[in-house]
Amino acid sequence: MRIKFFKWAILLSAALMFAGCSSMMPSSDGNSDGAPVADASGDASTSGANRGGAWTGNPLDNPDSPLYSKTIYFDFDKSDIRADSVDMLRAHAEYLVANAGASLTVEGHCDERGSREYNIGLGERRAAAIKRFLEAEGVSGTQINTISYGEERPVDDGHNETAWSMNRRGELVY
Amino acid sequence: MSNMFIKSTFFKTLVILFLSVYALNSRANLTIEITEGAEGALPIAIVPFKWSGAAGNSPMHDVSQIITADLKRSGRFNPLGLEKMLAKPSSGDQVDFRDWRALSMENIVVGQVQPNGTGGYLVRFQLFDVYKGEQITGYSVPTTASDLRSTAHHIADIIYETLTGDKGAFATRIAYVTSVKSAGKKTISLRIADADGFNPQTIVSSTEPIMSPAWSPDGRKLAYVSFENAKPSIFVQEVFTGKREKISSFKGINGAPAWSPDGRYLAMTLSKEGNPDIFVMDLRSRKLRKLTNHWGIDTEPAWSPNGQQLIFTSDRGGKPQIYRVAVTGGTPERITFEGDYNARASYSPDGKSLVMVTRVNGNYRIAGLDLDSKQMRVLSRGSLDESPSFAPNGSMVIYANTANDKGELSAVSFDGRVRQRLALQQGNVREPVWSPYNNRERSR
Repeated sequence: MRIKFFKWAILLSAALMFAGCSSMMPSSDGNSDGAPVADASGDASTSGANRGGAWTGNPLDNPDSPLYSKTIYFDFDKSDIRADSVDMLRAHAEYLVANAGASLTVEGHCDERGSREYNIGLGERRAAAIKRFLEAEGVSGTQINTISYGEERPVDDGHNETAWSMNRRGELVY
Repeated sequence: MSNMFIKSTFFKTLVILFLSVYALNSRANLTIEITEGAEGALPIAIVPFKWSGAAGNSPMHDVSQIITADLKRSGRFNPLGLEKMLAKPSSGDQVDFRDWRALSMENIVVGQVQPNGTGGYLVRFQLFDVYKGEQITGYSVPTTASDLRSTAHHIADIIYETLTGDKGAFATRIAYVTSVKSAGKKTISLRIADADGFNPQTIVSSTEPIMSPAWSPDGRKLAYVSFENAKPSIFVQEVFTGKREKISSFKGINGAPAWSPDGRYLAMTLSKEGNPDIFVMDLRSRKLRKLTNHWGIDTEPAWSPNGQQLIFTSDRGGKPQIYRVAVTGGTPERITFEGDYNARASYSPDGKSLVMVTRVNGNYRIAGLDLDSKQMRVLSRGSLDESPSFAPNGSMVIYANTANDKGELSAVSFDGRVRQRLALQQGNVREPVWSPYNNRERSR
C-alpha cells in the first residue's frame, strides 16, 4: 500500500508540475523570474525559467488530482461500484490511508423514481458499498461516516434520464 | 320558515370549538381542477346560497360553491351546472320541485348566509328529496369569516353522509412537504392545509430535507423525518402548538414513522444495526422492539386498522414488494405478486384494501389491492406518482405526481372514477398525508 502510494505521489507531482508550467500565464511583473538578463558575451542571451506552479495546497482541492473528483455514479436500482469509478475511489483510499487523521462522510443519493423511504434504503446501500470498497483498500472504518439522502437532494432537478443518471450517485464529503 | 331548520346545539358547539388558531390565509396556494368526471354519480342541485347582508359586504368565500366542489370531487355526486338551473330558490318555500324533477335531480340543497354579529355569519341550509318533495335535513350554523370554509366542508360532510350513508371527509386536512427554490437555495417545508388545498400553513421549515409526515390517530401530532444537523432524525410535533420532540436519532437511517391505531406505538425504519429493519417504539417508555430482521431493505411500515399486523416494503426477494407481519413478530408473508416494483403501501380505513406505488411499463403509478380477491387496480396515470394516502373514510386517495416539470398533488376517488389536480402555484409539492377525522375540534 505504502509503495503504491509513493508511486502515485511521484506520478502525481510530475503531472502537477507539468500542468503548472503549461498553464502559467505571462505576468506583467514577472521580470524577476523570466526577464532576459544582460550578458556581455555577444550573440547569446540567457533567461531564467520560472519556478513552476507546483500545487502546495490540499490535493483534494487540486483540479488536476484524481482526488479532486468526489462523485461516483450508479446504475438504476443498483449499488455496485462501476468500473469507471474504481481508479478514483482507489486514489481516495490511498489518500485516506496516508492521512489517518482525515475523515469523510459518504453520501448515498438516488434518482427520484420510486418511493422515497425505499430510496433512503437504496442510498444507504450505495454509501455502504463505497465504504466497503474504501475499507477493502485499507482505509479504517472509523474514518468513514455514511448518510443516505435518498432522492431528497438531487443535483439535477430535471425529470429525465440525464438528470436521473446525475442524481444516482455517491458523494465523498471531506 | 326557520322552524324548518333543525337547530343543533351539538353542531354549534363543534363550530364554536373550531379555532381561532386558524388565521385565514386568503391566498389559496392550491387550486383544484377536476380532470375526469364521474359517470353514474348521484345528480344533485346545489343552488347558490343567498347573501342577505349588505351587497358590498358579502363573505369572502362562496359556501355553496365549496359544497359543490367537495361533493363533485368525491366522485359520488354529479352537481348540476348553475347555467342549467331554472330557478335559484334560497329556502324551502321557494322550491318548485317540478323544476328539479324536470332536470332529473334527485336532491336539491338551498341555503342562505346572513350577517351574525361582528364578523360573524349564520349559514342556513336545507336538503330536499326532489321526488318526495320533503326536507331530509337542515341546519342553521353560526360561524365566522375565518371558519366559513370549514363550515362549508362540514355541511358537505352532512349532505354526503345523509345521502350515501358513509361519513364525509371534507372537513379534514392534509399535511404535505414543499420545496421552493429561491436564489439557488431550497427551502423545504412541512405544511398543513384543508383537504381541498386551501388555508395552507407551514409548521416546519428547513434548508435540509424533511420527509415522511405521519398524523397521530387523534390528529394532534405529526411525526416526520428531518435532516437538520446533517443527519436524519424522527421528530414528533404538536400540530397546534408547534412544540416538538426528537424521538429517534440513531446512527444510520431514522425513517418512515407510522403510528399504531391506538397512538401508543410508532413503527419506524432504523439501520442502527447495519441495514434497514422495522422497529416498533413504545412512545411512553421509548423502548424499541425489532420487528423484522433481514439483510434486505425493510422499510415503510404501515399498521392494519385493528393494530394486529403491519405491512412493509422489502426487497428481500430481489425487488421491492409488500410483506405483512404480525405485530408480535414472526415470519413476514409476501402479499404482492403483480409487477416487479410495489412499495409504500397503506391500509384502507376498513382494512380490506391497500393502496401502494407500483411500476407499470416503467411508469410509477398508484394502485389499489383488494386483499380478499388479490385484484390489483391501477388508479393513476402519471409516470412518477408516489406517496398515496387514503382519506379517513376510504373514498379517495391523495398522492403526489410530477407534471409540468414540478411536483403536484392529485386525488383520485378509490373507485377510480374521478381524478383531480391540486396544483401549487410555486415550488414542488410532495408526500401528502390525509388527516384523521375531526382533528380541528380537539385543538383546545
